Amino acid sequence: MKTTFFIARREFAAFFATPIAYVFIAIFLILSGIFTFFVGDFYERGQADLLPFFNYHPWLYLFLVPAIAMRSWSEERRSGTIELLMTLPITATQAIAGKFIAAWAVLLLALLLTFPVWVTLNYLGQPDNGIILAAYTGSWLMSGAFLAISMCMSALTKNQVIAFILAILVCFLFVVSGSGIVLNAFEKWAAPGVLDTVASFSFLTHFEAMAAGVLALNDILFFLLVTAVWLYAGLTVIEQKKAV
Amino acid sequence: MISVKNLSKSFGSFVAVNDLSFDVNPGDIVGFLGPNGAGKSTTMKMLTGFLTPTSGYVRIDGRRVNKHTTRLQKQIGYLPEGAPAYEEMTVYQFLHFIADVRGMAKKEKMAGLTQVIEQLELYDVLDQSIETLSKGFKRRVGLAQAIIHNPQILILDEPTDGLDPNQKQHVRNLITSLSKDKLVIISTHILEEVSAVCNRAMIIADGVKKFDGTPLQLQQQSRYYQAVTLKLSYAADITGLLEIEGVDDMHVDKKTGEVTLFPATGQFILGPVTEYIHHYKLPVDRLHVDQGRLEDVFMQITS
Repeated sequence: MKTTFFIARREFAAFFATPIAYVFIAIFLILSGIFTFFVGDFYERGQADLLPFFNYHPWLYLFLVPAIAMRSWSEERRSGTIELLMTLPITATQAIAGKFIAAWAVLLLALLLTFPVWVTLNYLGQPDNGIILAAYTGSWLMSGAFLAISMCMSALTKNQVIAFILAILVCFLFVVSGSGIVLNAFEKWAAPGVLDTVASFSFLTHFEAMAAGVLALNDILFFLLVTAVWLYAGLTVIEQKKAV
Repeated sequence: MISVKNLSKSFGSFVAVNDLSFDVNPGDIVGFLGPNGAGKSTTMKMLTGFLTPTSGYVRIDGRRVNKHTTRLQKQIGYLPEGAPAYEEMTVYQFLHFIADVRGMAKKEKMAGLTQVIEQLELYDVLDQSIETLSKGFKRRVGLAQAIIHNPQILILDEPTDGLDPNQKQHVRNLITSLSKDKLVIISTHILEEVSAVCNRAMIIADGVKKFDGTPLQLQQQSRYYQAVTLKLSYAADITGLLEIEGVDDMHVDKKTGEVTLFPATGQFILGPVTEYIHHYKLPVDRLHVDQGRLEDVFMQITS
């Protein structure tokens, strides 16, 4: 437990020792602002909620989370520090958990720094802040799922660019699996059960209710499960292929 | 005690280490020698639990490394090849992190830090990030992290690579002073290092053990071991030198005019040769006895 904390602390500091965290947070804030106020018609809707803000989070995470996670294992492989790390008296599970916690904390920080949007909303109207808190929680949970996928992809290769592209690809599949693009392809031949299964993997579907502030147990479980499964996949990759 | 038995590792169809067996006991300072790609680093990676052997096993104090990995890794200090480190950290942060992860208590950690900083002369660079350091300093930081917890087993992959001659000497002295009652394995390309630091030499080529003995035994394999080389100030009749008892062969270097006399195995010819020189008043300018040329032995064994 303590070991995991030391690793997480090092990783967290590393994000801020290089400009990665600053760039990530800045871009996240700018883009979420643009989506909320310009694309999402925050003012024109005339409603005191943050739906236009949260609705775009899956699309933001799709590009930004792979960017922050691509370094996690690829860099260790490229620079050879993986050999140092894995010959310290720690388990691969502790290493993965530490890295995940650190990056997830950066994502939380980025989310918290969007507070001006919330302040604006409270200044303009009387929103239900419970709903907003629930939506924030949901968004953070979903970012964890994106992160677990991206870290698994990073574990696969020592090339950060490849890790980034692979991560976007897999994340994209999870995001759109509930949308028409994918479902139409299955509709013609697949059994309805298959169609439902594919659709049920969609981040969009599961996040829809969350963005509106409803934290249903099955949605929470879904994101936790996806996170756990992909973290486990990452663990398997690291244990099977430690050397390059 | 480390016990390696029938250790093999292949990557796909490439066999990096092939059926390697040896024991290392406390007090041993083993020099791992071998050409590039001989399997030295791969063997070290298996000793430290980083790689899992394809077959065979490594035991430390009777426990298998790939079963009790974390527990055994606590006793090991390891400098991986190229001394990798987290480049964005400062030297101090990095050593701190290593001590923390190794589970050192605060008092112990501070003592360890102070000691390694002194031993490796890192005072001046403590607050510099590792990426800005010279190759020599990086290597020293790598060594510092390997010894910070005063491990019983020290495994160093090319510890003096990239250091200047003074630093090399310094690190060799350090290894010698650290090695009391410990078990040290170093890999190196520098053959002199083995005679200077180690009390056991092991040569590996193509993943197979080719030699295991003391550095002296290694030197003794050389044709030049105890060979006597003379330089004459002017041409003289030297054919008689070959008749001396114990002299096996003679070689005249046409360019330098040096004459080398090779002894028959196990013979010491310095005495008879000097006697002969005195007796026949040969015009000898210089005379020296070879300690054996390790390069020759190395080439002989590995090719």
